[in-house]
Amino acid sequence: MSQKKMALIASKGTLDMAYPPFILGSTAAALDYEVQIFFTFYGLQLLKKDLSDVKISPLANPAMPMPVPMPVLVSALPGMESMATMMMKQKIKSKGVASLEELRTACLESGVKMIGCQMTVDLFDFSHDQFIKETEYGGASTFLQFAGESDICLFI
Amino acid sequence: MDFSKELDARGLNCPLPIIKTKKALSELTSGQVLKVLSTDAGSVKDMQAFASQTGNELLGSEAQGSEYVFFLKKK
Repeated sequence: MSQKKMALIASKGTLDMAYPPFILGSTAAALDYEVQIFFTFYGLQLLKKDLSDVKISPLANPAMPMPVPMPVLVSALPGMESMATMMMKQKIKSKGVASLEELRTACLESGVKMIGCQMTVDLFDFSHDQFIKETEYGGASTFLQFAGESDICLFI
Repeated sequence: MDFSKELDARGLNCPLPIIKTKKALSELTSGQVLKVLSTDAGSVKDMQAFASQTGNELLGSEAQGSEYVFFLKKK
């Protein structure tokens, strides 16, 4: 049986949306898949050396469970985003859920290829030294070449 | 059941039990048995899927209250 392949696009850079690509990537690698993740637009934040800037916002996120009902205007107050992020990280830890760093390391250790979108790097004036050294850079064709041969292909 | 190595994945949530199982198996030789302890209720189905996908045989799986025990034979 030839090795199965999974291609992901990670397009979002919030804490909650950072989990699916890293969970699926690390697990697929554990299941012997060859995996490539293409990080584009806000998803590129997930390749930054320091992941502590990755946050979750209760704004425009009515499904987020809150300890007390919270009016939208309160959620918009300064500091609410940091507080929500801190509470979410505590919950993640207390439930034995892996941190983003842990999952990203698991991906890298198991050979998941991380492709950074070069167009996004240019668009936001990023430089390559802001990102983890394992990052390779490419564009849509790079992704499509691998995705075209993949068994699973998801946009996240 | 005899086993060569034990992995304690209790308290860990998805996908950590599977990732740690994969790592532990890589330290065994073909035919050796890994025992895995887990408290993740999702790991029952996940371990079956892992075994069928990777070809490492799931020799046994049992629930002891809220804990689960798995025996995997390395391919």
